[in-house]
Amino acid sequence: MKILVVDDEQDVKVLFQQRFRKEIKKEELDFVFAFSGEEALKKMASMEQEAVLILSDINMPGMSGLELLKKIKENYVAPPPVVMMVTAYGDEENRSTAKELGADDFLTKPLDFNELKSKLKDIV
Amino acid sequence: MILEPLVLLFIVWHIRKNLRLLSPNTLWDKYLLWAMIGITILFIVEKTLPITMVTNWIWHVLILGVGYLIFRLPVLERMRTTLIAVLPLIIINIIEDLVEIIYLPLYETIENYLDFAFVFALTWMIAMLIRSNKQNKALKTERKKTLAEEERNKFISAQKEKLEVIVAERTAEITKQKDELMHAFTELKNTQSRLIQSEKMASLGELTAGIAHEIQNPLNFVNNFSEVNKELLSEMEEEIENGNLEEVKALAKDIIGNEDKIMLHGKRADNIVKGMLQHSRSSTGKKELTDINALADEYLRLAYHGLRAKDKSFNATLITDFDAALKTVTLVPQDMGRVILNLLTNAFYAVQKKTTEQIEGFEPTVGISTKKNKNTVLITVTDNGNGMPKAVKEKIFQPFFSTKPTGEGTGLGLSMSYDIIKAHGGEIEVTSEESTGTTFIIQLPDAIPNH
Ligand SMILES: Nc1ncnc2c1ncn2[C@@H]1O[C@H](COP(=O)(O)OP(=O)(O)OP(=O)(O)O)[C@@H](O)[C@H]1O
Ligand SMILES: [Mg+2]
Repeated sequence: MKILVVDDEQDVKVLFQQRFRKEIKKEELDFVFAFSGEEALKKMASMEQEAVLILSDINMPGMSGLELLKKIKENYVAPPPVVMMVTAYGDEENRSTAKELGADDFLTKPLDFNELKSKLKDIV
Repeated sequence: MILEPLVLLFIVWHIRKNLRLLSPNTLWDKYLLWAMIGITILFIVEKTLPITMVTNWIWHVLILGVGYLIFRLPVLERMRTTLIAVLPLIIINIIEDLVEIIYLPLYETIENYLDFAFVFALTWMIAMLIRSNKQNKALKTERKKTLAEEERNKFISAQKEKLEVIVAERTAEITKQKDELMHAFTELKNTQSRLIQSEKMASLGELTAGIAHEIQNPLNFVNNFSEVNKELLSEMEEEIENGNLEEVKALAKDIIGNEDKIMLHGKRADNIVKGMLQHSRSSTGKKELTDINALADEYLRLAYHGLRAKDKSFNATLITDFDAALKTVTLVPQDMGRVILNLLTNAFYAVQKKTTEQIEGFEPTVGISTKKNKNTVLITVTDNGNGMPKAVKEKIFQPFFSTKPTGEGTGLGLSMSYDIIKAHGGEIEVTSEESTGTTFIIQLPDAIPNH
């Protein structure tokens, strides 16, 4: 299963690769990274057929996570990819907006990787 | 002889006239009048009674006495010409009378000579009188002139006095006004420094949300990478037990890499806290070697996230272009940081405002770039907001000029920025196109480049 991680912080990539090195080694999970909403849309276009889970930050310059979410839910009708939004601690406003836009799940920053792992296992 | 009484009368009359001019109504005026009357009576008596022998000598003595006075007293100086004119006649007269008394036969012998002398003396008198008359006339006009001049001088000095009073009044007024202005000025200065301090605090408030966001991210990384390393270390222990050296080496490499990340993000948080403290503190005014690129990047993030925290729906594309050739520049970091923050806050405000107009296809964009030239450093802040008309552009560096609604702008941002840049020996320039965008360019001297 492919997981597209969208975050403007470059080191998120290294962190995920370290945190999921066992899963990556065993090829249970396949991570793809994008550093902006725009880049995420491009990456998605190039891997259309594959089952995709998107994990996106909200607070990004340029296209925000919410806009990305809106675009994804509008453009990918069948079957729409699962989108998990990462929100800052206590940011209820963004959380409810994301829910309205069709976000499937939420994670709060700072990321609890154990929680994320169990959630991924459920989906896979 | 009729000459002597006439001359006497004339002289006395003259003296009286002059005296009147000098000081009217003195006793002398009366005495001289009596003298004139006396002379006239004596003259009439002389003509009716045969006492010429006696009166002649009275005239002689009187005239010689008056003549003596005229030559001795400077007051009577003006009578001298008259006296000189008649003197030959009088002397001849006296000689005649003397000879007549002393030795009559001699008189008959010299009578012809005396007649001749008499004619000469008469001619002399007439000539002298004409001359003196002319002189008198000239003197009179001269006197008139001096009188007029005196009058004028009097008038002028009176005017001058009046003027001096007015000037003194005005000077007092102006001095008072000056004092009042000085007072108002110091008061304004105090208010200004208080305002600057509160503006600083206000911008700090704007920043706090950005700061929270900016500290949260690196702290998350520090925590996450530490956790990863802990996992990696326990794995490493296992591999050591198993004697799998290759695997141990690979793990060690990862751990070291993660430690670098931890340090990097720790430093990032540290810098932000430091920057925040620096921002709120009054400027030390001390120039330091500063990494302009890092400073600009830091404030870009703070300004952006600060605004985002206030307005969740707002978003903008950030374009950075930092010249890698630019390492450090000597400047006061707090001050220049505030300049950059002011420009960025203005730029974000401009694009945010344009966003509310819901123009099709508008992508709010703010850019900051640095460039190293030969002797200068350029910092450019651009936005694609609505720009400003010429009338606004001309005033933006004036203190308290703001087009923002009250409460949203004090109008001190750019004027303070201007002062700071001037204090660094730099320039700030603005180009703005209505409905297209605005660009501010700061040019700083690169005194101690690339240390
Ligand atoms: N990037 C920009 N685009 C359009 N107008 C601008 C821009 N920057 C400044 N201005 C104009 O210049 C004025 C003065 O700016 P300045 O930063 O001095 O004060 P302010 O932003 O109004 O208030 P403050 O900065 O004190 O909160 C602004 O009110 C605005 O009209
Ligand atoms: Mg401003």
